[in-house]
Amino acid sequence: MKRKILEALQAAREARRPVALVTDLATGEQALLESGEALGDLRLADDALAAAMQVLERDTSKAIDIGNRRVFVHVYNPPSRLIVVGAVHIAQALAPMASLMGYAVTIVDPRRAFATDARFPTVTLSDDWPDEAMEKLSPDRRTAVVTLTHDPKLDDPALAVALKSPAFYIGSLGSRRTHASRLQRLTALGFSEAELARIRGPVGLDINAISPAEIAVSILGQITEVRRKDAK
Amino acid sequence: MTQAMPFDSGSDDVLTTAAAWRAKGRQVALATVVTTWGSSPRPEGSQLAIDDTGAFVGSVSGGCIEGAVVKEGLAAMKDGRPRLLDFGVSNEQAWEVGLACGGKVQVFVEPME
Repeated sequence: MKRKILEALQAAREARRPVALVTDLATGEQALLESGEALGDLRLADDALAAAMQVLERDTSKAIDIGNRRVFVHVYNPPSRLIVVGAVHIAQALAPMASLMGYAVTIVDPRRAFATDARFPTVTLSDDWPDEAMEKLSPDRRTAVVTLTHDPKLDDPALAVALKSPAFYIGSLGSRRTHASRLQRLTALGFSEAELARIRGPVGLDINAISPAEIAVSILGQITEVRRKDAK
Repeated sequence: MTQAMPFDSGSDDVLTTAAAWRAKGRQVALATVVTTWGSSPRPEGSQLAIDDTGAFVGSVSGGCIEGAVVKEGLAAMKDGRPRLLDFGVSNEQAWEVGLACGGKVQVFVEPME
């Protein structure tokens, strides 16, 4: 690997920009791809560039054949994110488990007594009001959002921002009845049935979870199921 | 309590270590899993960095082929050339070092400038 490529790659990762390193497996020549532009000694035709960008979009590194060349497209995306609204007991299990799975976790809760560093030592905490926090965090298609407060004052504003974002997963804790009244309130805010169908509620896979840690497993199981649906 | 791990594909910290070693003037080779078949323990993109003393970080298997990959890494540092290695049950060398999972992996090894 050329020094110039390594430096550009490390700079992109530091700035959390998505990049792909393309390596010709026969010659070792490389190109670093960023926003459709290539840097390096490996020359890529337009169709090759498009094929490599597609691998980057799909977020899974793999070797592909371009003409008679075999190249490895190494995807360096910033960590996927999990935004949790509500620094509640379930969040204390959910946050470290999600960290182990490679997610960058942010917990949003304006209630100071809940979101303390002592209860959540390894995650980013925000005590902004949920809609402000969510606007700042700006969920993208590699972000999952889970609301856990089942307090409409806190959950609804967060869900309203999440529904307008391309977040790949939106889940909301609450019983069937709680969820039904939540959908009514969000409908009154102008969201369509199709938009509201994006919210997973009651949240998580149905594994008869009872304890906070078990509920965290069911939520992370569902997030994984959604995220990896194309992996097979 | 676990640390939030700063990686997605399981390779990021390896590259950072490799860059730090190189910056200190050590010779470094980087090994990357580029293709897997069957039940390989580490996915595509998994990396192993090797320095000129044979020290390494990361993994490209469950520990079965790391020894052979380190040897090739040291050779790549010497001749400055990349190589593509195949390991699998049909490969005598892999058999010898025991790729017990029955899978096959292809590993690209390159020297770092």
